[in-house]
Amino acid sequence: MSGPSSGCGFLMSVVVHGDLALNEQEKDLNQRLRRLYPAVNEEETPLPRSWSPKDKFSYIGLSQNNLRVHYKGHGKTPKDAASVRATHPIPAACGVYYFEVKIISKGRDGYVKYMGIGLSAQGVNMNRLPGWDKHSYGYHGDDGHSFCSSGTGQPYGPTFTTGDVIGCCVNLINNTCFYTKNGHSLGIAFTDLPPNLYPTVGLQTPGEVVDANFGQHPFVFDIEDYMREWRTKIQAQIDRFPIGEREGEWQAMIQKMVASYLVHHSYCATAEVFAKSTDQAVHEELASIKNRQKIQKLVLSGRMGEAIETTQQLYPSLLELNPDLLFMLKVRQFIEMVNGTDSEVRCLGGRSPKSQDSYPGSPRLFNSPVHKASSSQTYQTGFDSNYCNGVSSSKGHTLAHSHKSCPRTMPSPELGVLNGSRGQQTNVGAEVEMEVDHFSNGVSESSSNGFLNGSSTHGIDLEECDGDMEVDSAQSKRQLCGGSQAAIERMIQFGRELQSMSEHLRRERGKNSANKKMLKDAFSLLAYSDPWISPVGYQLDSIRREPVCSTLNSAILETHNLPKQPPLALAVGQAAQCLSLMARTGSGSCAFASVDDYLH
Amino acid sequence: MKNAVIGNNKQKANLIVLGAVPRLLYLLQQSSSSLELRTECAVVLGSLAMGTENNIKSLVDCHIIPALLQGLLCSDLIFIEACLRCLRTVFISPVTPVQLLYTDPTVIPHLMSLLSRSRHTKEYITQIFAHCCKTPEHQTVLFNHSAIQNIAPLLISPSDKVRMQALKCFSVLAYENTQVSMTLVNVLVDGEQLSQVFVRMMQRDKPIEMQLTAAKCLTYMCRAGAIRTDDNCIILKTLPCLVRMCSKERLLEERVEGAETLAYLMEPDVELQRIASFTDHLVSMLADYFKYPSSVSAITDIKRLDHDLKHAHELRQAAFKLYASLGSNDEDIRKKITETENMMDRIVSGLSESSIKVRLAAVRCLHSLSRSVQQLRTSFHDHAVWKPLMKLLQNAPDEVLVMASSTLCNLLLEFSPSKEPILDSGVIELLCSLTQSDSPALRVNGIWALMNMAFQADQKVKVEIVRALGTEQLFRLLSDPDTNVLMKTLGLLRNLLSTRPHIDQIMSSHGKQIMQAVTLILEGEHSIEVKEQTLCILANIADGNTAKELIMTNDDMLQKIKYYMGHSNVKLQLAATFCISNLIWNEEDGSQERQDKLKDMGFVDILHKLTQASDPNLCDRAKTAMQQYLA
Repeated sequence: MSGPSSGCGFLMSVVVHGDLALNEQEKDLNQRLRRLYPAVNEEETPLPRSWSPKDKFSYIGLSQNNLRVHYKGHGKTPKDAASVRATHPIPAACGVYYFEVKIISKGRDGYVKYMGIGLSAQGVNMNRLPGWDKHSYGYHGDDGHSFCSSGTGQPYGPTFTTGDVIGCCVNLINNTCFYTKNGHSLGIAFTDLPPNLYPTVGLQTPGEVVDANFGQHPFVFDIEDYMREWRTKIQAQIDRFPIGEREGEWQAMIQKMVASYLVHHSYCATAEVFAKSTDQAVHEELASIKNRQKIQKLVLSGRMGEAIETTQQLYPSLLELNPDLLFMLKVRQFIEMVNGTDSEVRCLGGRSPKSQDSYPGSPRLFNSPVHKASSSQTYQTGFDSNYCNGVSSSKGHTLAHSHKSCPRTMPSPELGVLNGSRGQQTNVGAEVEMEVDHFSNGVSESSSNGFLNGSSTHGIDLEECDGDMEVDSAQSKRQLCGGSQAAIERMIQFGRELQSMSEHLRRERGKNSANKKMLKDAFSLLAYSDPWISPVGYQLDSIRREPVCSTLNSAILETHNLPKQPPLALAVGQAAQCLSLMARTGSGSCAFASVDDYLH
Repeated sequence: MKNAVIGNNKQKANLIVLGAVPRLLYLLQQSSSSLELRTECAVVLGSLAMGTENNIKSLVDCHIIPALLQGLLCSDLIFIEACLRCLRTVFISPVTPVQLLYTDPTVIPHLMSLLSRSRHTKEYITQIFAHCCKTPEHQTVLFNHSAIQNIAPLLISPSDKVRMQALKCFSVLAYENTQVSMTLVNVLVDGEQLSQVFVRMMQRDKPIEMQLTAAKCLTYMCRAGAIRTDDNCIILKTLPCLVRMCSKERLLEERVEGAETLAYLMEPDVELQRIASFTDHLVSMLADYFKYPSSVSAITDIKRLDHDLKHAHELRQAAFKLYASLGSNDEDIRKKITETENMMDRIVSGLSESSIKVRLAAVRCLHSLSRSVQQLRTSFHDHAVWKPLMKLLQNAPDEVLVMASSTLCNLLLEFSPSKEPILDSGVIELLCSLTQSDSPALRVNGIWALMNMAFQADQKVKVEIVRALGTEQLFRLLSDPDTNVLMKTLGLLRNLLSTRPHIDQIMSSHGKQIMQAVTLILEGEHSIEVKEQTLCILANIADGNTAKELIMTNDDMLQKIKYYMGHSNVKLQLAATFCISNLIWNEEDGSQERQDKLKDMGFVDILHKLTQASDPNLCDRAKTAMQQYLA
């Protein structure tokens, strides 16, 4: 068994070495700690999991994976007191931290049963009981007194002895501590606690034995109920946060953020309607937005060749000045060729060059790993009803999605006008069918939702290409380059060109390990008979188009002196950053204010 | 009209004065009116009911309730909902007599049948039930019409309001009702036990009102015996939840309810009292209940002051009640309570507050603490609590008197330093008058206090007691229908008849009556305890110098003693033997004659037999008596 004292390193190794045999207790422990303290980043601040064999006085003996503490001194005078600290201090991001100690034996008869449970800072003398010194806090079993950095105690709670379970809870939001006895809260013992305290236990009587529970077992006290109360408190605080005095100011700012987000991601129809109904100016020409939208559409549907061509037409100098970007696009084009989706291989496959290959959803909001392709339907849940609040809604969490819901409820005539095309209804039906067929990854509902939400962006493509609906069957068979020999040859040739481009780049601009790896990964696809189920097959997933799309979009915007990132994404990123900063500076309330809670 | 009255109490009053109500009711009741019109009428009436209490009174006087109840028979849901909304508003007003809901026996079953029609019917009907279930009879009516089965599913309704009202229904249904409580424990809601549903409703992120009401439900179920006091849902959930309700963060109303419910929950269980006493500093948290209105509120905020003043009495009485409950069994807890800041001063001033509720609660608290020998000896004496207590006894309603006199009993115990000053304050007359009360509890407390007072008392006190009580009253009490009164009266007699000079003195003046009373009791149908006590009195009489003769010359009595020496109950044998032993005791004048007489009557044979008794005490007692003959 691995030493539980290794804390963070141990957790990391679990992730890396999946074959490591974990016993049940450790699994329980990991699960419980993750559930109790989801906001804690254990790579930065590991949680206490056992007593530290290095941070104890010599009269203390440890056993049972460093969870059992026994006293082995003389126990004659207070000079024989001995303490042990846990392996790590309590991270502030716990919000509320809790551990329990069970008294296994109160020690030999004929002695006063000195025994203290509490907290201490690093470096506090271990030849003492917790509570006697500065930055040390304890609750003592012989008299039930609490000791707050002082040799004299205050009456606090009942005494405790063999069989009792004493719990210690640190509230890192208001920096207080209370104890529990056999599951009953005894009330606040200490206030104004300093940060970075370690769970500590001290003994002074021969024969004394105590067991710690840092989450190895269910706690006797219902700590989760206490945490619920504080989560509710913090969230109420956030909900009721005053948002400025001048009326409308807050709303106007939110609207600006939404509008800029829509523009950034080129939801031009939505953006225009939104701007009109909220009475704002759009800071980019409509044509420019449409151009970006067109390019994004191509990238997201896998038609990289066309995307590169269009970019070069519309923004002539962009890719010339950005050879790395061009290289990335070309590598993606190669992958799409293997996929059989790129336009160049499509025409070779005997299919219409202007195939319609739409993308199931809109670009993901933020590149959060949670958002997997197949989970696109999670976006839809919940915000349909929010839409009823109106486009001008000032609720933060609805905004992130409103760009998707807008088209859904917008009257179709208006859309028709915007797109300058014929009635939408027939196309709607056709395209739904197509998408359902095409993407076997999701439930049909999710695909159709995806379509509906994105319909305004499809408008442009619809003008260009009708009646190419039969193409999709190729994908479901999943043959290399769509199964055409000519296409495979073209792909191989393209690969060679890519190789020489890479060499050229290296000569011109020096080594670039990212580029090298990108190319290597892409070429690796050819090493497998079925690349889709190969270890490198993830590259073929349509979700991989998103980062490419977003990088290209940002590059275009930058040349127009527009922000690389929409303010909304920036705000979300800042909020997340702010939370991790709070964790580092010891503000416990960050535990109950996850950004994700507000995005859904 | 509807638009004119919304939110405007003046307009509502105007319309009522102008006679709108009978007209609206007329239209509402006409089946020829269109449903839209009838519904609008119900809505306007509902709006009028939202006004002042006077509005409600006017509506009720116009017989709005039967009219609306009649309206519920209509098939149209919208109309029914409008009627129910109005009924709800009328019924939740304190000025509406709840009995009106029960006058027509078809109403409750009809409401039950409407319950599940819509979210609104659920909310309004449960709210009506929750407010109109005030007596055991109401509980039974609702219970008999399957209230539990009908309302239980609403506890998991998606609507917060419905859940809350359903929960309130259960709290009023279960209150002091064993039948309901026993049924509740077996109810399943969506496969889950009701008690677990209540536990979930006590979670700390739930609204406070919900937590508190769920805790009440479980408390009532527990007190009714449906849930054990050591069940985790009581010990680990309900009790801590109620303690939280007492915290400073809660509203004053919630703190009052929380404390009262907690006091009720743990009243009979010392383990719950112990746990509560160390949970979240409850004992010192309660001290805060006495700090209203606070000095800060007076200066800063008139509204707050008003609010605080309104709740100050309620807070104090709730705290006293909870202290009383906490301290009713455990000596350590009592010590902790008396050591709380200014505790005894607060009780003392509580005893003379204007509010009866506070006085009663304060005296309950004092009574609970008076069970402690240590406190009687120390803090009770230091704070002269007997003074306000005596004052309270002069002129108080019966319920206060019962508590106060019961406390006085403890203060008159022999070791209590307050005994002397109380005696000097003319308490004997007061206690004697209590023994004449119609209330058995007051009679018991009166005679009990006298009994305690007579224990090892001076002759002067004893004479005073006999004089003040009067032999007539004393003998009336000996035939009291209440066994407790009888026992305490015998106890008083026994205490009066102790030490030889006192025995002789009292027997010389009242010997005849006392012997008569003793005969009467020994011949009557009484419990072993009563007879034992009586034989003990007889034994005391036998200990007197001159009093002995009253027994020796009474052959009938001697026969009775003989009978009890051969009784099947050891306690009675022991007491009777003790009596004989006193009569034949050597070293006293005329002992030889008495021994001879009793020997002739066959007592020696009985004593001899008793020396073989299996009970060691009886055996010893008989041997000691036999030795008197041998000497």
